[in-house]
Amino acid sequence: MSGNLLRVQPIRNGTVIDHIAAGRGRKILDILELGNSGTTISLLINVQSKKQQRKDIIKVEDRELDENEIEKLALLSPNARVNIIRNYAVADKKKVEIPKFISDIVECPNENCICNNERGATSNFRLIDEDTIQIQCTYCGRKIEEESINFL
Amino acid sequence: MKHIVSIEDLDKKGIMDILKRAKDLLPVAKGKKKSKILDGKILATCFFEPSTRTRLSFESAMHRLGGSCIGFADPSATSHLKGETLSDAIQMVAGYSDAVVLRHPREGSAKLASEVSDVPIINGGDGAGQHPTQTLLDLFTINDEIGKLEGLKVGMLGDLRYGRTVHSLSQALDRFKTKFFFISPESLAMPEHITDELKGKWSTHESLNDVLGELDVLYVTRIQKERFPDIEDYKKVAGAYKIDKEVLKNAKTKLKILHPLPRVNEISTDVDDTKHAAYFRQAFNGVPVRMALLEKLIGGKK
Repeated sequence: MSGNLLRVQPIRNGTVIDHIAAGRGRKILDILELGNSGTTISLLINVQSKKQQRKDIIKVEDRELDENEIEKLALLSPNARVNIIRNYAVADKKKVEIPKFISDIVECPNENCICNNERGATSNFRLIDEDTIQIQCTYCGRKIEEESINFL
Repeated sequence: MKHIVSIEDLDKKGIMDILKRAKDLLPVAKGKKKSKILDGKILATCFFEPSTRTRLSFESAMHRLGGSCIGFADPSATSHLKGETLSDAIQMVAGYSDAVVLRHPREGSAKLASEVSDVPIINGGDGAGQHPTQTLLDLFTINDEIGKLEGLKVGMLGDLRYGRTVHSLSQALDRFKTKFFFISPESLAMPEHITDELKGKWSTHESLNDVLGELDVLYVTRIQKERFPDIEDYKKVAGAYKIDKEVLKNAKTKLKILHPLPRVNEISTDVDDTKHAAYFRQAFNGVPVRMALLEKLIGGKK
């Protein structure tokens, strides 16, 4: 038996997140809390991809990622691809894109920011640098880099 | 309708229009001429932390233009303590007024208010964040004292790290080809997130004397005791940056000194009667500048 395809079986319904930056799979699993939904999850780490590069893959059975989850995914691994699987076939392909405005998924690190101190307020960031993933709070103006992003 | 949350909400032309209009309104600001431009309009001043100068100059500006004011100077008298959110308070106040001046201890509060308000929000200072009308009156003062804004050599002295006035002012002045001299102890230096975005020339200095002779404008800020864990360190630093007549011997005769006030002892009172002192006129300039802004935001016919 050889080949990636047989290592983990194709799923009937659900989501395959492909082209995740190698090593990021576990963090995505944690932050999207995929393991908590009670469905079967497969995580492949350091899979050989065509271009001699390594990647991670996550297969989520019986669940399609929603837009909010895809936005988080974009911040965690901007080059990932999301394939929605229905009846063993790819029903929808979504290239994840970091949205220009990121609402209610990232925590503002400024404790004195109004968004951390007002009941019912949501955090809002604007993307200021797509390549380095730098984002800025639309309320207090605080800028944060990819490695310091904390998700709500 | 437009809000003024940050000085970035105004482009260079927008700034110059306000400064020009403020100049025209000087006789009204001084009470020498009467105006009914904002007759029947109501300004709400919502001060969730005290700031006498900002509040009184807004109220004076509104009254001078024939309008009136409602509001509070201290949140202890409001529903804030009962747990009312800022959003709720602003929506309520917006229903009673034509514009709202908001002063609040938390950064971003004016932006949040602008998202829920039906009337223009004017940021009167949000925590360590923005204070755009202070920046406008600083620009007006420099323009009025020197006769131009373009291409000046501006020194900023004191607490450049935490002083929001010098942050906003340097961002605004950067549009006018300013050459900056940032003078402070190393621990209170201008933050990188400000200097990184300056397009013009800037340099940092620990001693005022090194650059004083070059300056057209010296903007002095208060060094706060609370920034120093050791009181002796504070005294040393405060002493080293104190400005008096003696220090100013090396200055250009036309140098103008600005200070957002209140001062403690960073500028000696013996400077007050020199031609350098512009800080009391600067404080007065808050009135015509805020008049011009209020007219722009809520004025009808001229």
